[in-house]
Amino acid sequence: MSTILLIEQVLNGLQFGVMLFLMAAGLTLIFGVMGLINLAHGSLYMVGAFAAAAVAGWTGSFALALVAALAASATAGALVELLVIRRLYDRDHLDQVLATFALILIFSEGTRWLFGSFPLFLDVPAALAGPIMLPGGILYPLYRLVIIGVGLLVAAGVFWLIAKTRIGIQIRAGEADREMIAALGIDISKLYTMVFALGAALAGLAGALVGAIQSVQVGMGEPVLILAFVVIVIGGIGSIKGALVGSILVGLTDTLGGVLLPPLFATFMPASSATSVGSAVASMAIYILMVGVLLFKPSGLFGGK
Amino acid sequence: MTRETLLNIVLFAILPTTALVAFALDEPFIITLATKAAILALAGVGLNIALGLGGLVSFGHAAFFGLGGYAMGILASHAQSYTPLMETPFLIEGTKSMLVIWGVAIVASALAALAIGALSLRTTGVYFIMITLAFGQMLYYFAISWPAYGGEDGLSIYVRNDFPGLNTLDPIQFFAIAFGILAIVLFGAGRLAKARFGLALSAARQNAERVETVGLTPFRLRLVAFVISGAVTGLAGALFADLNRFVSPTMFSWHTSGEIMVFVILGGVGRLFGPVAGAALYILLEHTLGGLSEFWHVYLGLLLLLVVLFARGGLIGTIAGREVAHD
Amino acid sequence: MKLRTLIAAASIAALGAGMAYADGSKVKVGMITTLSGGGAGLGIDVRDGFVLAAKGNDNLELVIEDDQRKPDIAVQLTDKLIQSEKVDVLTGIIWSNLAMAVVPAATAQGKFYLSPNAGPSALAGKGCSPLYFNVAWQNDAFYEAGGMWASDNGIEKVFLMAPNYPAGTDGMNGFKRTFKGEVVGEVYTKLGQTDYAAEIAQIRASDADTVYFFLPGGMGISFMKQFAGSGVEKNVMGPAFSFDQGILGAIGDAALGVKNTSHWSKDIDNAANKKFVADFQAEYGRLPSLYAAQGYDTALLLQSAMGKADVKDAAAFQAALEEADFASVRGDFAFAPNHHPIQDIYMREVIKEGDVVTNKIIGVASSDHQDVYGADCKM
Repeated sequence: MSTILLIEQVLNGLQFGVMLFLMAAGLTLIFGVMGLINLAHGSLYMVGAFAAAAVAGWTGSFALALVAALAASATAGALVELLVIRRLYDRDHLDQVLATFALILIFSEGTRWLFGSFPLFLDVPAALAGPIMLPGGILYPLYRLVIIGVGLLVAAGVFWLIAKTRIGIQIRAGEADREMIAALGIDISKLYTMVFALGAALAGLAGALVGAIQSVQVGMGEPVLILAFVVIVIGGIGSIKGALVGSILVGLTDTLGGVLLPPLFATFMPASSATSVGSAVASMAIYILMVGVLLFKPSGLFGGK
Repeated sequence: MTRETLLNIVLFAILPTTALVAFALDEPFIITLATKAAILALAGVGLNIALGLGGLVSFGHAAFFGLGGYAMGILASHAQSYTPLMETPFLIEGTKSMLVIWGVAIVASALAALAIGALSLRTTGVYFIMITLAFGQMLYYFAISWPAYGGEDGLSIYVRNDFPGLNTLDPIQFFAIAFGILAIVLFGAGRLAKARFGLALSAARQNAERVETVGLTPFRLRLVAFVISGAVTGLAGALFADLNRFVSPTMFSWHTSGEIMVFVILGGVGRLFGPVAGAALYILLEHTLGGLSEFWHVYLGLLLLLVVLFARGGLIGTIAGREVAHD
Repeated sequence: MKLRTLIAAASIAALGAGMAYADGSKVKVGMITTLSGGGAGLGIDVRDGFVLAAKGNDNLELVIEDDQRKPDIAVQLTDKLIQSEKVDVLTGIIWSNLAMAVVPAATAQGKFYLSPNAGPSALAGKGCSPLYFNVAWQNDAFYEAGGMWASDNGIEKVFLMAPNYPAGTDGMNGFKRTFKGEVVGEVYTKLGQTDYAAEIAQIRASDADTVYFFLPGGMGISFMKQFAGSGVEKNVMGPAFSFDQGILGAIGDAALGVKNTSHWSKDIDNAANKKFVADFQAEYGRLPSLYAAQGYDTALLLQSAMGKADVKDAAAFQAALEEADFASVRGDFAFAPNHHPIQDIYMREVIKEGDVVTNKIIGVASSDHQDVYGADCKM
């Protein structure tokens, strides 16, 4: 394999990782602040993608579509938090898993009821379509570079929010001591609703951005959800830094595993079975990575407890 | 007699009563549904040993359910095609005998549970939930892409396996087998909870340090519980495969893990008969709601949500009150 | 899960008085198909096509059940339809893995099964049954025809791609069976994968002139959108599944120019097809897909046999089905001895008609195509 191709694949892995980060950031934030396992995070991703596809279909504007995705997923997130999630904070993880599993069912079939069973159309805006030439002669899709850029911006934004703003201080205080922050007169339930809506908006943004190069369909959130969980577990649940590192690790492992393992197996196996065995191992690679990390660090790379 | 004991007797009677009434009315499909409920309840009873008694929230029990299913599929398919499973170093033939298949399913899933448990139990809380999920997913992808036993297509077994003296293709006789096993396992699980081991395990769930001070290792207690739990769920998987005469990687998917967990929570975590109530209710819902609308998942979701939010302790907890013997 | 549809006698007037059913024997049909969850669009099309063709026939009673794309549910529904509903004929399964579970269960209990989609090789060869009829295709048909067309049209180097599961590897083997050129790359991806950047980079780096891929549903949509955005200049070919009407709308212009093999297209020029396309659009307000065409043909085949024999007389009914005496929307249609179709497979190209992205036939890829597994079938 040529060096150029390898560099391109590393870039692809990074890009995949950044997409995962958009999902994982919200998930880990919600867990870190409220201690909640939210299986329905993938549904909010789907809500974002469907809202974007619908608005892009009516108006033809990708910018408006992104705004719609943010608004729709944040609204859905806030509503879900007010109606359901806030009753779950003092429950154990088991109840949270079941309740948010129920939310997945409601969101998925509800969306199918509204939009029908066929995938929707959402395309990359014309200005961002097509490839550009990178130094070194790599032809790379511009839109994917934009996703990397947006993802890194969001990462910077979230770090800034947590580290420098008043809300960030409240969030960190809430993580450390829930009773104390309430005693200080901060409206904890309002803070929780905001954090949940913020996490939902990040998921919705990811859904809209990714929806433009993937398929906007019911159930699109579930595979991403599982990956995002793998990411935050590897990184350490509740840690934004961990989510970023975990995303990149998972992105690289998944991409390079798929590319490198089949030829690796071909060095000591007949070519025909090497492709399928190599692919089989590659599809398990990130789970093997996760088990490996947890064996050495039982609470993830950057997990506090 | 407490309300829960009374309720348990009613629950225990529901499945065979349903099956017998259906038999009298010549509605074989209802018997099949009762059989399915008994088998899924068995899977739930297995999970409940880890979940209710040990406090181990496993999101990967589909791994054992699937292994049990594939134990049946692989052995029966070799018997069906008269090809040995392996010839070197020693000959292993396929089999159509349920008793042998159950044995293999139990041993295989117990071994898997030993390996998965030994690794996973180093973590706690959410990490434990997620690492068990990861093991389940590994097996799922492996089953899909491994071509030898059908991959995603799965394996079809044309006739049910044999049980001495019974015609297993007759719905009511197969129900009797499934329900008989469920009854035996329920009895065993009840004894286990009250035995020294069960009490120690419960104590370890509530306060691990205190258990250590009396000289027991929580890790070992939990591992044993996890292995028993996996073996029971594996046995349920073998029965489920025989019910359908078919196995596929779907048995390994995380939805299956989620569903088994739903049975337990719906019925009541840690209640001996919780999974029976949960599985029966789930199947009842699936078949009544499914008739109402193409979008019946919405109603199922709403109902689950209401149970979690307002009926804490599940069905049994709501009806029988909050007292649990071993809490 | 019981969506009972009794085909109403009321609509008989709409069909015209000319149709009469010979001996008036009734047939109860159980349809198990995917109506909820992922892939529901395919099942809905098969159902709608079938219902359209059976409209007005009050000798045909239809019970429809939703399998949720789960094999265990499908098997249980089979038992239910046979044991409780006492149906005579089963149909409807979309997916090969569900067919492998349902078809043996149905035929073992002495019921006819008409497949409106999915034709796994096992059921065409060793596992064939006198009671099993495939009205769609054997799984390999589109791929073999694709390989033939590629060989005949100057394509020399192809890059193959499919998900790593039986339908994927079987399909690629079908292509390799008839393709005479060189396969320069072969990639099997994870089932359900949505990002194909890594594979596209491998395709770019290869010296293939054509990419041949099978990625059903959302996977194909994702791949085509990403491939179009990557600027890689290579021909794209595949079986019709990734370029059918239900999916093209979601891919949009990115699919233009793609060549795909199919046994049906809405522009096949025969009276039956014109009527089907017009009726389907009038009834449901959307363009029919190949799944709808298969559902429609399945109902036509069944009704042609109902006119000749009583379903209770299995041997006579089987003989009546074997005649395939109906006007298929695909044109000529016959059954091979293993009860799988002998039919033309066309090459289609994705084009734009006004604002609608759709398919146009550009030639016949394989005429009177028949599968290779029939030799193993002993009935």
